[in-house]
Amino acid sequence: MSTFWSMWISVIALGSIFGLCWLLHATRKSQTNTTETTETTGHSYDGIQEYDNPLPRWWLYLFWGTIVFALIYLVLYPGLGKFQGLLGWSSANQYEREVEVANSTYGPLYAELAAKPIEELATDPKAIKMGQRLFATECSVCHGSAATGSLGFPDLTDDDWLYGGDPDTLKTTITVGRRAMMPARGMMGNLTDAEITQVAAFTRSLSGLSVDPAAAEAGKEIFYGKGSCTTCHGQDAKGIQAMGAPNLTDNVWLYGNSQQQVEFTIRNGRSGEMPAFGETLSPEKIHLLAAYVYSLSNKQ
Amino acid sequence: MNHEKVEKNLGLMVVLIVFAISLGGLAEIVPLFFQDETTQPVDGLKPYTALELEGRDIYIREGCHVCHTQMIRPFRAETERYGRYSVAGEFVWEYPFLWGSKRTGPDLARVGGRYSDDWHRAHLYNPRNVVPESIMPSYPWLFERELSGKYTATKMSRLKTLGVPYTDEDIAGAKDAVQGKREIDALVAYLQSLGTVLKDKR
Repeated sequence: MSTFWSMWISVIALGSIFGLCWLLHATRKSQTNTTETTETTGHSYDGIQEYDNPLPRWWLYLFWGTIVFALIYLVLYPGLGKFQGLLGWSSANQYEREVEVANSTYGPLYAELAAKPIEELATDPKAIKMGQRLFATECSVCHGSAATGSLGFPDLTDDDWLYGGDPDTLKTTITVGRRAMMPARGMMGNLTDAEITQVAAFTRSLSGLSVDPAAAEAGKEIFYGKGSCTTCHGQDAKGIQAMGAPNLTDNVWLYGNSQQQVEFTIRNGRSGEMPAFGETLSPEKIHLLAAYVYSLSNKQ
Repeated sequence: MNHEKVEKNLGLMVVLIVFAISLGGLAEIVPLFFQDETTQPVDGLKPYTALELEGRDIYIREGCHVCHTQMIRPFRAETERYGRYSVAGEFVWEYPFLWGSKRTGPDLARVGGRYSDDWHRAHLYNPRNVVPESIMPSYPWLFERELSGKYTATKMSRLKTLGVPYTDEDIAGAKDAVQGKREIDALVAYLQSLGTVLKDKR
């Protein structure tokens, strides 16, 4: 802040305060009366007149009190331009103190929990409680408050994993995120609408859903042939976790299992994305979150 | 000065009232127009792209700022949930500010990148599809309406006169950049841009 603006603020702030002192003093005339008077202000409206009594003392002292308060405040806190106040307060260092206090309270707790392996934390009620709180804040928006997911957002309680459910993989998923890429209309993008209907029927049949057998038979050929679906979903259609390609045989459906929904998925492709939390959450919190998620499908 | 003189002289009273009520603004607001902290952009700040700018106008039209703030205050309770507190330099090109004043929903100052585009679309179509407890309204019409881009270039050149550093190419390409895009795409692009300039988000 330049000296000019510092002076500008100080002069207006102090000028106002001393101006108010003057105003209180200048209008105190009737305050010299120490007792009530029968003197009126001289106004008469419809025969109604007003006594010219002084302000009650306590009221007047409140005015002076606010002025004293303001002066003390301006000495202690930053208010007069560049002057920082005797207490050295600022909103930034108040925040930093608040964070320091929290870190010294919770830091050792986090450090203690972060040192333990995730398998162990998953059975620790305290760690699970903390993890659950973090989950409710950071993850429940997509995965649901019970971690059961919704259409397009994976259920984390069913022990069916797109990228793997072991502790290290969970931590990687949370830290750097995931981005799936299912191409539209098969690997080459060249499946016709009729072929898509057939592949969808075959895919559904893998999970034991009732389908038109002829369509499923034709779809099988496309699945292993023209569509090259096995590139990601594997020869056995059980998926490849390194690519996040789902198992198609387990009747767990991220995007719905109706014929129409499966066709939609094949026709338009999918690009499910898990955001990276490495920048927003500390490693200790990610460790706790991973433990919580791990506990959901590894019940004792 | 006598009370009576002020009370019986309307012109004088008006002058004195204006003088008295302007003091606060002169001391607290006017100096901010001349501080680097409030007038200089933070490093790396970029103006909204044409699509993000249209998304921002949809955000205003739908009244998102009525229930969502875009201002993280320097309290630990807020930075733990929303990320690093907001600084003035992030908002120097915001006309008007969308800080909001009431949080019926969460703060959105750093929502960019926190959720996937798919999530935003599912959520805006019907929030209860992804968050069953949500009381946010649904915005299905955003998926049907298309942007014409008729006023995009005009908006950008007006913003330029206010000091937003748009180039002539930005303005010339504005209409093509948004024409035919759906409103939902513009709004999601805007939301994904929020608060992403400061890399240290914790």
